[in-house]
Amino acid sequence: MGRTLAEKVWDDHVVRRAEGEPDLLFIDLHLLHEVTSPQAFDGLRMNGRRVRRTDLTIATEDHNTPTLDIDKPIADPVSRTQLETLRKNCAEFEVRLHPLGDIEQGVVHVVGPQLGLTQPGTTVVCGDSHTSTHGAFGALAFGIGTSQVEHVLATQTLPLAPFRTMAVTVDGELPDGVTAKDLILAVISRIGTGGGQGYVIEYRGSAIEKLSMESRMTVCNMSIEAGARAGMIAPDRTTFDYLEGRAHAPKGADWDAAVAYWKTLRTDDDAAFDHEVRIDAGELTPFVTWGTNPGQGAPLSASVPDPASYDDPSDRLAAEKALEYMGLTAGQPLREVAVDTVFVGSCTNGRIEDLRAAAAVVGGRKVADGVRMLVVPGSVRVALQAVEEGLDRVFTAAGAEWRHAGCSMCLGMNPDQLAPGERSASTSNRNFEGRQGKGGRTHLVSPQVAAATAVLGHLASPADLSDAPDASVLEEA
Amino acid sequence: MEAFTTHTGRAVPLRRSNVDTDQIIPAHWLKKVTRNGFEDGLFEAWRKDESFVLNAPQYAGATVLLAGSDFGTGSSREHAVWALQNYGFKTVISSRFADIFRGNSLKNGLLTVVLPQQTVEELWQLVEADPTAEITVDLVAREVRADRPQGPLTAPFELDDNARWRLLEGLDDISLTLANEPDIAAFESTRPSWKPSTAQV
Repeated sequence: MGRTLAEKVWDDHVVRRAEGEPDLLFIDLHLLHEVTSPQAFDGLRMNGRRVRRTDLTIATEDHNTPTLDIDKPIADPVSRTQLETLRKNCAEFEVRLHPLGDIEQGVVHVVGPQLGLTQPGTTVVCGDSHTSTHGAFGALAFGIGTSQVEHVLATQTLPLAPFRTMAVTVDGELPDGVTAKDLILAVISRIGTGGGQGYVIEYRGSAIEKLSMESRMTVCNMSIEAGARAGMIAPDRTTFDYLEGRAHAPKGADWDAAVAYWKTLRTDDDAAFDHEVRIDAGELTPFVTWGTNPGQGAPLSASVPDPASYDDPSDRLAAEKALEYMGLTAGQPLREVAVDTVFVGSCTNGRIEDLRAAAAVVGGRKVADGVRMLVVPGSVRVALQAVEEGLDRVFTAAGAEWRHAGCSMCLGMNPDQLAPGERSASTSNRNFEGRQGKGGRTHLVSPQVAAATAVLGHLASPADLSDAPDASVLEEA
Repeated sequence: MEAFTTHTGRAVPLRRSNVDTDQIIPAHWLKKVTRNGFEDGLFEAWRKDESFVLNAPQYAGATVLLAGSDFGTGSSREHAVWALQNYGFKTVISSRFADIFRGNSLKNGLLTVVLPQQTVEELWQLVEADPTAEITVDLVAREVRADRPQGPLTAPFELDDNARWRLLEGLDDISLTLANEPDIAAFESTRPSWKPSTAQV
């Protein structure tokens, strides 16, 4: 019988297979950041171990980094210590680091792909659950804990329990204004936050094939929000075109050999998945979350659901608690939910196409009175590209704040946080209680919905904007 | 790693599904660079509510967490496991755990036990009716036991032999892997030249 894409990549990385033991897999690329690595380096030191493959390891600073005044010392002493710890560890163990202020600094899952390090058929790990992002290239990529970070540093391998396979097939055409973010939010809402547990999801079908690399990354990024171990998309011409010429992409004869291998990375016609989900792209609409986990979402055109409508008692209780925390009432139209803050950024939607999409909506318009809009590019490279295209001026002319690169308000480890009771429309990936700041309330949205929401002050899509943009503002940009 | 063989203790009933790791330990605690000192951050936001079950005096000192389904979703932060252990929990029982959280737990000797939701419900009822009731989690026999007024409860659970052995012995995974170093070296020697490298170009 044939094999799935995930099974092929797995099989090609088995270092050791023995009866009664988990497979030992080789790791092609290990990404590090400041939050989940210090205790791992301590472990190496305590046991007198070294980093086995510094040439397969790379670090950057993203979670703690400020997005203002990056040329000044970091105000929060605990954040500063954590960043300094990473710098000391990378120096001691000779690991390549792109610190704050470096041109290659940024959110770790934006940096890997833009350097061309994330490649089809590789295994990629990072002490961060959104490592699933890299599956967009046909890599087997997953988040790990700090003990596993230490394990990979010391051995460049991981013993891993077997996985099950799930196909999420999306056929048809995404309607105008419907994005990869709406698609993945709808998928999570369908299968639930635990529905992917134990599975590697392969996204396939004509609608997936038509997505750009950046949109594919948005889809794979949120696989973890469905509980999946990883998400993958088979590499194709779109993947190869994205990679060709990037700093760490293969060159010359190596490129030809790599592409020849990459072309074999497709699920065989006679392979079977353990579970299959089908979605008609044509039926999708802009999608937003109303609750406190990413599975609690609904079309923007819908209303806040009534907890009583849930058959399962634990779902009902979860919905009741979510509405209480979110300050929403059953039956309230989602379009009438007013927000205080709009956040555009993160490893989910902080790449150049996301910024272009948001800029196209706010361009020539104004952010609504009383609304704060933060635009945080995913990396320094993304920021430079945006500046070259004049997007930063489009945002600032509309009244948005243009910030430096990092994770920022996605998880509020730096000063970019919601105040208690504040409500955001956010292009990030998690709407957990307090995720963006203690007592903050988060609605997950696409960049387009975020931008339209900023202009109108309530959850909205670009189709809700009746006014024509002010052409003079656009010309200035 | 701390070995786990069998544990008996009182239990806290956490009747809530989808408890994500941001609730178990909020992000601002992740700035610490140690593996200890996280006990005050455990469920920090919920503990501000006096009625939160962890604040109930009858459950003080409990060492078994009886959680709802999909416990430990979201972020990969191992700090969630350290926080539970720092606070005093030895084992967590749920009908379903998020994969990364479960992996992190087993790496640290915090035994995560999967039982059917119906059994979790029975255990909830037991410790809600009698907070002094003790629950035994026996990794040797791979079963959970409790005495109830209506008769004893015995629930078998699954854990693969290899993971069980590593927990029972408290083995260091890295040492186990390094014992197979020649396999790693052999794999590395056949790795194609076009595979990615982070060496500066």
